[in-house]
Amino acid sequence: MDWGAGGMTRPGAASGRENLLAKVVAITSGKGGVGKTTSAAAIAAGLALRGHKTVVIDFDVGLRNLDLVMGCERRVVFDFINVINGDANLNQALIKDKRNDNLYIFPTSQTRDKDALKREGVERVLEELKQQFEFIICDSPAGIEHGAVTALYFADSAIIVTNPEVSSVRDSDRIIGILSSRSRRAERNEPPVETNLLLTRYDPARVAKGEMLKVEDVQEILSVPLLGVIPESESVLRASNTGTPVAFDEDSPAGRAYLDAVARFLGEQREMRFMQPERRGLFRVLFGRA
Amino acid sequence: MAVNLVQGALFTVMVVRAGMLRDAAFEQELQQQVGRSPRFFLNAPVVLDLKDAGGFATEEAFLDAGDILRRYTLALVGVQNALPEQVTAAAAAGLASFAPNSTQPSRRTGSQSAAAAPVAGAHSARPVARLVNEPVRSGTQIYARGTDLVVTAAVSPGAELVADGHIHVYGALRGRALAGASGDVEARIFCARLEAELVSIAGRYLVNEQLPPEQRGSAVQIALIDDQLTVTKN
Repeated sequence: MDWGAGGMTRPGAASGRENLLAKVVAITSGKGGVGKTTSAAAIAAGLALRGHKTVVIDFDVGLRNLDLVMGCERRVVFDFINVINGDANLNQALIKDKRNDNLYIFPTSQTRDKDALKREGVERVLEELKQQFEFIICDSPAGIEHGAVTALYFADSAIIVTNPEVSSVRDSDRIIGILSSRSRRAERNEPPVETNLLLTRYDPARVAKGEMLKVEDVQEILSVPLLGVIPESESVLRASNTGTPVAFDEDSPAGRAYLDAVARFLGEQREMRFMQPERRGLFRVLFGRA
Repeated sequence: MAVNLVQGALFTVMVVRAGMLRDAAFEQELQQQVGRSPRFFLNAPVVLDLKDAGGFATEEAFLDAGDILRRYTLALVGVQNALPEQVTAAAAAGLASFAPNSTQPSRRTGSQSAAAAPVAGAHSARPVARLVNEPVRSGTQIYARGTDLVVTAAVSPGAELVADGHIHVYGALRGRALAGASGDVEARIFCARLEAELVSIAGRYLVNEQLPPEQRGSAVQIALIDDQLTVTKN
């Protein structure tokens, strides 16, 4: 059958190099020390393990840590600020992970401060990264000032890292409010930033004793979907100190919990684990702690 | 400019039956009513309903009626259900004629001052309540100027609701709520779950510590009774 000269256009035939599926994901929390960098590294590693080309960017200018957690601190030549200022190009600054070909690290400057994050420059760099990557993970600094707001401004999706304690929950609530009012999507009246909660440093034994907030309590206050619960684990500290994202450690509960969270982020249904105290943990609670 | 010269608007106006003005008990009742919410009645517009009312055929009769209402801080702006000669007399006294069972001026008396009258008392008409359908996050302040505020989700600790009228929260109220912010002592706060940091009506306030323990976590309403913030379970 002849449909005439017009014919039909194949989907994607005229797409050029623009990758419409690239997703900018902000890892943020408001409060410091809750595990943003650990989570950014683990989620980026988890996405790479699932075969998605992923880059993780350090927005914490002046307090550079992501390179340490990723174990690439001795390979940093150019950084995010050099690229923003046009002193280096993107490929000179990107560091390829030695363990996974899909994973890249984009370190930041330790000698500059957050004011070096010019919004136009950040936008240009993110647009360039979107040509190459499926996921762009932005590791946000703590606080609600310029650095943190710049890290979430261009986000399509946000993962709110929260500890099960009241000050962390309140700060997370504040940052969710900023996401829904001051992100680019909010300013342009586009669909809102897709926001998920990641509860870290969760200790079921302490929750049972009433020393920590329960998952349900945190969820009720924040009312955003729960991506995962990461149990408090020695493997997290060990992973940070050895420069290995914890998601590469599939033997540890924290590593498996991050992989579950990544699967849920990709739309899979997985049952929540690591939310009940271990049986033998009871003896540790009774006799093992000072 | 000419385009904006005539604009339509809807106002809430009190209607007083003309017959009642001659009743001494009515004046006493009016005095009490106004005494309870002085701000609400201050300079509020009133329409005189002339249905089945004899008299009121002279300009003086309407000026007298206006004087009586003015004693109770009310402003007479027009008449309703007026006979033709009453319309003429009312117009002479500077009053507009309103259509029966309607507060919209549909019949004009032709008097410029009368047509402008409802606008003069417009401040007492409350605009539509402000409706918020999303959780109110920490650090957010919402002000419902001159009206009520209705929130259908939770209000987080560190968030602040301010309204000149009532505040309704159909979720947990964990932040601050300040109703009657410009002094309306009749304003109330309603919430599905009381866990507020602070509640205030017309400047009187209670902090979380002062909330009655048995009302915490319950659906309550908070009102100013005898100058005391009073929390009652719904």
